[in-house]
Amino acid sequence: MSKGILIEDLSKTFGANLVLDDVSLSIAPGEFVTIVGASGCGKSTLLRILAGLEMADSGVVACGDKEITGPGVERAMVFQDYSLFPWLSVMGNVLFSRRLAANAHDNLALERDAEEKRAALLLSLIGLSKVKDAYPTQLSGGMRQRVAIARALMSKPAVLLMDEPFGALDAQTREVMQDLVLEVARNEGTTVVFVTHDVEEAIYLGSRIVLMAPYPGRVDCIYDVPFSRNRDMSIRIAPTFLDLKRRIMNRVRDTVANSFDGVDQALTG
Amino acid sequence: MDAVAMKTERISSSSAERPPPSRRRRRRAPLWSIRGQVAPHTYVIMACVGIAVPFLAWVAVNAIGTVPRIFMPSPTDVALRFVSWLSNEGFGADFWTSVSRVSLGFLASLALALPLGLLSGTFKPAEALLEPAMDFVRYMPAVAFVPLMLLWCGVGETSKIAVIFVGTFFQMLLMFADDVRRVPMQQIEAAQTMGATRREIVYRVIFPSAAPAMLTTCRITLGWAWTYLVVAEMVAANSGLGYAILKAQRFLQTDKIFAGLIVIGVIGLVQDQALRGLHKVLFPYLKGR
Repeated sequence: MSKGILIEDLSKTFGANLVLDDVSLSIAPGEFVTIVGASGCGKSTLLRILAGLEMADSGVVACGDKEITGPGVERAMVFQDYSLFPWLSVMGNVLFSRRLAANAHDNLALERDAEEKRAALLLSLIGLSKVKDAYPTQLSGGMRQRVAIARALMSKPAVLLMDEPFGALDAQTREVMQDLVLEVARNEGTTVVFVTHDVEEAIYLGSRIVLMAPYPGRVDCIYDVPFSRNRDMSIRIAPTFLDLKRRIMNRVRDTVANSFDGVDQALTG
Repeated sequence: MDAVAMKTERISSSSAERPPPSRRRRRRAPLWSIRGQVAPHTYVIMACVGIAVPFLAWVAVNAIGTVPRIFMPSPTDVALRFVSWLSNEGFGADFWTSVSRVSLGFLASLALALPLGLLSGTFKPAEALLEPAMDFVRYMPAVAFVPLMLLWCGVGETSKIAVIFVGTFFQMLLMFADDVRRVPMQQIEAAQTMGATRREIVYRVIFPSAAPAMLTTCRITLGWAWTYLVVAEMVAANSGLGYAILKAQRFLQTDKIFAGLIVIGVIGLVQDQALRGLHKVLFPYLKGR
């Protein structure tokens, strides 16, 4: 049960700083959208507003046909790091959401053993069945992020929000994790909004790429990725992939340069 | 020679592929390296040396005999006095009186500081209501409260417990609140996005996440509780370890003063180790790999 997301005329300020200026975007159910942009472009803030962790000053955000007014089970989030509960085992972390009152009588209506079955399925999907009783401190960074993903998926969210989830991982682990996310998203049919500063990651994962520009934070342009959802490593060296990567990287650089011009003008003018 | 070198290389490369648990013996780092590690038995030996040196110095001073016994009793004097304190000077009563005062005072502090600290570290309005006021009171020395407590609570048990309470409560509340504030925001937000209510976040995320740090806070403040106990007992009491020390001074029983001090030191040491042990038992997940 995936849902789409609608963002209309969204604005947000922190103090005197306009972090999101009139952002509009519509995401189809089951779509995998990646957001890239230089730091300060408001990509993380946008994601946090979708999660309901931050409130917009004006504009509308909706998930499915419901307006977003706060955090909700149908929108799960994966953070960059430190979000696992260190006092719970891997299994305990994955099952955490099922022990909350909000999920006791949801439409999923998972019975205890159905729950355990789903947890076991997710753990095998992320390749951590063997360490289900280990504590997070005993795992590597990549393993911890895999647990965070399984935990987020446990309640079958309609939307998965990911805020630079692999930013702290080394390059090799990161590639493994990217394939994992692609596979999981395909299997679960979840709508994914994935924020990253890594352009290659954005192309490899996304079916659309939203490029945001800083000062003020806004949507600069949107790219369609000309690869099917069933993609693998080989596309990373395809000419169309490299061409798209070059175009996006140049555009990101331009948005930064333009924002400097803006700052210069503000300072001299 | 080369063959040996090759062999060791092969061993070390195969061990690198092995999973982490059994860490192989590496070449030792120098003993005094910055933030270095020492083997457990080396640690114990050095701890014993640290205790033995001042003790031997004490023995030596007595053996030379320049300091009169009345100021510096010998270890044997102290030991003998301790035995007679145990057998016919009511050590048991002194000991249990003090332990119960500390326990009651500390538990009263804990019972109040724990919920308030949790509130104060979690909710800004609670912080605003509590912390500036607590900061104000905690800079008033607890010892200075003794006359007031005597006036209010009389010379009975309550005044000693009240002094311990005043000495620990305000600090404990502020330290608990800080422990709670150090819970990573990501943990709280992760729970929020999974649909946790405010109540569930406090009980199922913030409290378990802060619990190890809070136990450490208890370990530190329990040490202070002993300090304030002895102060309270020296001012107004007719039983307890602090009182026994004060009375010994009146009768020039320096050996008993020594014995009393050593007993309090040993209690502190035992208590500290017990709480460290408890920490390991309650929070096994902190060990890491």
